[in-house]
Amino acid sequence: MTAQALAQVLASGLLMGLIYALIAVGLSLIFGLMDVVNFAHGEFLMLAMYAAFGLVLLTHLDPIVLMPVVVALLFVLGGCAYLGVVRFAMRAKANQGMVQIFATFGLAILLQGAAQYAFGTDYRNVPGSWLGGRTLDVGGVFLPWPQIFGAVVSLAAFGGLHLLMSRTDFGRALEATREDQGAVALVGIDRNRVFALGWGLGAALVGLAGAVLAVFYYIHPQVGASFALIAYVTVALGGFGSVVGALVAGVVVGLVEAFTAVILPPAMKSVGVYALYLAVVFVRPQGLFGRL
Amino acid sequence: MTSTTLAAVPAASPEAGFAARRRRKLLVAAAVFAAIAALPYGITDVYLQNVLILTLMYAAVSQSWNILGGYCGQISLGHALYFGLGAYATSVLFVTYGIIPWGGMLVGGVLSALVALALGWPCFRLAGHYFSIATIVIAEIGLLLVHNWDFVGGAMGIQWPFNPDSWWTLQFARDKVPYVHFALGLFVVVWFVTYLIEDSRWGYWWRAVKDDAQAAESLGVEVFRSKMAAAAVSAFFTAIGGGFYAAYVSYIDPESVMSFRFSLLFALPAVLGGIGTLWGALVGAAILIPLTEISRSYLGGTGSGIDLMLYGVLVMAIALARPEGILSLFRRTRTARNQEATP
Repeated sequence: MTAQALAQVLASGLLMGLIYALIAVGLSLIFGLMDVVNFAHGEFLMLAMYAAFGLVLLTHLDPIVLMPVVVALLFVLGGCAYLGVVRFAMRAKANQGMVQIFATFGLAILLQGAAQYAFGTDYRNVPGSWLGGRTLDVGGVFLPWPQIFGAVVSLAAFGGLHLLMSRTDFGRALEATREDQGAVALVGIDRNRVFALGWGLGAALVGLAGAVLAVFYYIHPQVGASFALIAYVTVALGGFGSVVGALVAGVVVGLVEAFTAVILPPAMKSVGVYALYLAVVFVRPQGLFGRL
Repeated sequence: MTSTTLAAVPAASPEAGFAARRRRKLLVAAAVFAAIAALPYGITDVYLQNVLILTLMYAAVSQSWNILGGYCGQISLGHALYFGLGAYATSVLFVTYGIIPWGGMLVGGVLSALVALALGWPCFRLAGHYFSIATIVIAEIGLLLVHNWDFVGGAMGIQWPFNPDSWWTLQFARDKVPYVHFALGLFVVVWFVTYLIEDSRWGYWWRAVKDDAQAAESLGVEVFRSKMAAAAVSAFFTAIGGGFYAAYVSYIDPESVMSFRFSLLFALPAVLGGIGTLWGALVGAAILIPLTEISRSYLGGTGSGIDLMLYGVLVMAIALARPEGILSLFRRTRTARNQEATP
């Protein structure tokens, strides 16, 4: 492998890894907050991509300009998913784990059906972003602009999330609720409200990822499933609930995937990621940055 | 739940009452199975018979899942791996080597049990969500490997040759009644194994592991071996279900037997019907599978998505409305009685 080819693989892996991190962080955030794995996470991503697609068709604006709208829509969707479904799942007196899995799995199927009903099963592309199809040539290493943009957005989102968690009242309430759900009620924090906002925030983050992804990835009702699996692996690798873990694991996943694609047939590129994940959790069951 | 294991022993103190209850369970089961066996003679519509076969198959596989997930409390979301192993072992052995499906299923079952033991060794160190995610990932690796393995047909899958109707090859071109009876037979076997285990030492161990593995360990339960045994039995019967499915549809490809969706679909009937119960999987399958199949053929023909929406709402509704499963509507479990007795 020449130095240039190596640089190419590294760079593409890194860019895609940052986008994976952005997809996964919302899942990790929600888990850290309330111990719930959202099995509709991929469908949130899929809906965000369709939202970008639909908005572009409606307004004829560039999908990048419409990103805030997609994020806002997903924030509302996440809040509604908590208030309408997950809130009740958490009240279950028996089999709470299974109820959470299947309540969110049912939601996933419902959202898939809704997308199929509204947009059909065809593969779609978001037309005409000025980023679409452009590449940056850095000394023979070609980097597509949509991915560069996505990686920058991801880093900015992680920076923003860090500020939000450390500097605002909401962030502190989130952190406090994550530490001790019972105690926060005593100091006057409405747990339900924090959870709803947490779901909104988690969904908004995956919404941002979806808006970025829509610029360069095809869209169909099942598109969420493949990314969701990567997101679960990323979250488990980084450690459930850890934001830093999601960032590091996302980048690792992107890099390993890029290198596997060089060694194995491209269709098997995920095998390397899965194998690495298993190797890590068998040695360190709580993931890289998780707490047991 | 711990109270179940403790309360069960004094409740059985009049040994005769306990034995009588066990006998009554068997009699009820015999009556239910006889009624199901007669069903295809009353329902002659081929489409409905197909629904019945799928219902029984899902009930059998879900009951197999239940052994590990329901009784032992290890939530596997990767059982599609064992189903696929069974389907592929049966198909490859029959199509390539001419070994009859009965042998293929057995090989697939044993192979799956061995794989479950090999995977259990590292996986059972993981707990909760980490265990579930690991099972998803392992099944997905299996799917990718099969997808890219030309010897087993790769992405194209395996087509069974057409043979004259025979129980020997499990092939019946027109008549669906034998398939009903095979699927029922499989469910009966899994049911009976569960029935035997329920009140055996293993059954009590598994429930103890499910309730609190650490407490069980401190009381001398061999936690790790319990999990391994449950995984092996569960994988064995899941694989036989896969082998039956391959024989029934005569064509398999990786996506149609091993995708992640199936892992969830295998867990679903047992969970919605009543997790860790003798009849939960059958009740859950009897509601879910006909609804899925019928709504798919009447509403999903154009890929409109309405059938999916209905299905999703149904799953959410049952999960949220009856966390203990549908069966809990009809009878109060020992656990519920104990919980009421101890406020």
